[in-house]
Amino acid sequence: MSETGDRVKKIVIEHLGVEAEKVTEDASFIDDLGADSLDIVELVMAFEEEFGVEIPDDAAEKISTVNDAIEYIDSHKG
Amino acid sequence: MRRVVITGLGLVTPLGADVETAWSNLIAARSGAGTITRFDASEYKCRIACEVKPATHEYGFDPNKRVDHKVQRQVDPFIIYGIDAAGQALEDAGLTDMTEAERLRAGCSIGSGIGGLPGIASESLVLNEKGPGRVSPHFVHGRLINLISGQVSIKYGLMGPNHAVVTACSTGAHSIGDAARMIALDDADVMLAGGAEGAICPIGIAGFAQARALSTGFNDTPERASRPYDVDRDGFVMGEGAGVVVLEEYERAKARGAKIYAEVIGYGLTGDAYHVTAPHPEGSGAFRSMEMALRKSGLALEDIDYINAHGTSTPLGDELELGAVRRLFGSAIDTLSMSSTKSAIGHLLGGAGAVESIFCVLAMRDQIVPPTLNLDNPSESCLGVDLVPHKAKERKVRAVLNNSFGFGGTNASLIMKAV
Repeated sequence: MSETGDRVKKIVIEHLGVEAEKVTEDASFIDDLGADSLDIVELVMAFEEEFGVEIPDDAAEKISTVNDAIEYIDSHKG
Repeated sequence: MRRVVITGLGLVTPLGADVETAWSNLIAARSGAGTITRFDASEYKCRIACEVKPATHEYGFDPNKRVDHKVQRQVDPFIIYGIDAAGQALEDAGLTDMTEAERLRAGCSIGSGIGGLPGIASESLVLNEKGPGRVSPHFVHGRLINLISGQVSIKYGLMGPNHAVVTACSTGAHSIGDAARMIALDDADVMLAGGAEGAICPIGIAGFAQARALSTGFNDTPERASRPYDVDRDGFVMGEGAGVVVLEEYERAKARGAKIYAEVIGYGLTGDAYHVTAPHPEGSGAFRSMEMALRKSGLALEDIDYINAHGTSTPLGDELELGAVRRLFGSAIDTLSMSSTKSAIGHLLGGAGAVESIFCVLAMRDQIVPPTLNLDNPSESCLGVDLVPHKAKERKVRAVLNNSFGFGGTNASLIMKAV
């Protein structure tokens, strides 16, 4: 994983309490990592804080996998 | 009405995070009090509390045993304590793998006095400093008082009544009394009932201190601060933790060969209709609460061997409660023992009545009553009553009374008896 990927992974592990090896780029937050819709809201807030990016609600709704999050952050961070 | 018995116990307390550890420390006359470690209280009027100890401590609490990592991050301490105590009680009762039909008839009534005060305070700061978009999406359901019952029902699949009492410091006793009635009235066969509190935080300590309820004169000797009935008492010491019991319909418990600790035979509940924080000057609410419980129990005054008092170590409350006990029991007071275990674990507020009811049950099991610590010089009005000073006392214990009184002038009394 990229540097962004490593930081995203760390946040996901901390928030969802999942094992590190489960957090692959393809992993779906809901289907593979046991998150619910509010957990995703919380993760998006944590990504915003960590990377200093704004993730508006319509963009947040499209983030369903770890890779979706990494791609959004890499293309929007300053 | 159907009979209701206690078949499982669970405790998280400042003296231990399981029933046997907490009980043996209590009987050994240990104190759970200390200087506050949760935050820097050095500028506060009250700098002491009875905290639940961390997992690394000799009798600390490990939340990872029964509470999921994700839940731990989302909820306030009172919910974590409540979930763990409920799990202990279910395990103790041997009811962790009930069938779907059984779970449809099993419910929860686990309340709290204050609920998620630490989280309300900290998220208010987030709102103020970072704006509404940074408030946790788990803020509301991580603080609500009925979310112990909610979380426990989801974790164990309990689909019966889902209830939560909020009556300040009488929450725990009301929870058990109300839940026992739900079984007696055939709303459920099994109920997890009790209370929890986790309000040792800056705003919690400051608020109770401003209400002049906390001890402030023993900051350098915290173990001496909670001293019910003693002339030098000056307020309560805040505790935290949870107590949960499994209540079960008697015939069902007997048929499955369950270990039966006691029967809940009497429940009284009254209001002072007097003042928001001060008890009624004649203790009339307390008197009527005990009287009602006694009448429901069908017992004679002489049958009560032990009273676990509300006895918070406040100047007014202790003597008013004792006065009410004197008037109700008359000469029968000579043969009973009455102690306040708040002298050792502090005041668990919404958890107190449940934790203390469990101590009552254990007093019957082991035929020993826990002590009132620090009772060096009893107030004059307390003379002539066995308040079990300093050391636990072995004695006959057939039936017990637990009192809990709360802000708002709310009173609850429970009577339990060995089966």
